[in-house]
Amino acid sequence: MASDWSDPRPMSPHLQVWRWHATMASSILHRATGIANYFGAAAIAIWVILLAFGAEGSIAFLFEGPMAWVTRFALIGLTYAISYHWLNGLRHLVWDFGKGYDPKGSNLRSILIMIGAVIPTALLWLNLGA
Amino acid sequence: MTDYRTPAAKVRGLGASGHASKHWISHRVTAIALFFLAPVFVYMLAMSGAPDPAAARAFFASPMGAIITLLTLTAGLAHMRSGMLEVIEDYIHKPFTKTVLVLANSFFTIGLWLVTAFALLKLAL
Repeated sequence: MASDWSDPRPMSPHLQVWRWHATMASSILHRATGIANYFGAAAIAIWVILLAFGAEGSIAFLFEGPMAWVTRFALIGLTYAISYHWLNGLRHLVWDFGKGYDPKGSNLRSILIMIGAVIPTALLWLNLGA
Repeated sequence: MTDYRTPAAKVRGLGASGHASKHWISHRVTAIALFFLAPVFVYMLAMSGAPDPAAARAFFASPMGAIITLLTLTAGLAHMRSGMLEVIEDYIHKPFTKTVLVLANSFFTIGLWLVTAFALLKLAL
């Protein structure tokens, strides 16, 4: 809300004035995957509730025909989001101990985590497909 | 108005949300719990035969399945609540909208936790 901003002090630099770098992308991705996990976990909880009350038939369409692929794609995405948030969350806990703040290493680990999260996702889904 | 309190004393212990470091610490505590629980739960659920209803029911009815799901659910929804609270406080600055969203987040996560825990007990017992 820039329109009703009346504080004369300089504003902290935000997204549009930063040069993109890996640590910044991984920080934004941490928040994005956190929000994705919020809705993904809520969906799984609602599915458990439907199962308990014998009402899972109401969402059977999610697993039928072409819709099954949409659901599968969403669940693969959720698996990646959980894997990424877990790995990067672990890094946040390490940061809390004051370790791992060197810019070069931090950028490298950001990229490693983004790629690394593919591994558990692939292992789980390739095993499921077999 | 006479006020002898220094500006520092008025804000000491208060974070941006007015909840001091409690929010920060509880987010770490639930994160550490999920560090252990989330991989176990995701792996067990993936191997359970879900989303087939009969296989999923058998998984949630098994003692290990029910216990791991309950623990992950509890730590997960607490972590979700404090994480989303942080997002709301960061991006929503209009007091009324912020209050509505903070309440909605609390009601949704606590309500979903209780109803899902009830559903799990119903499946398991």
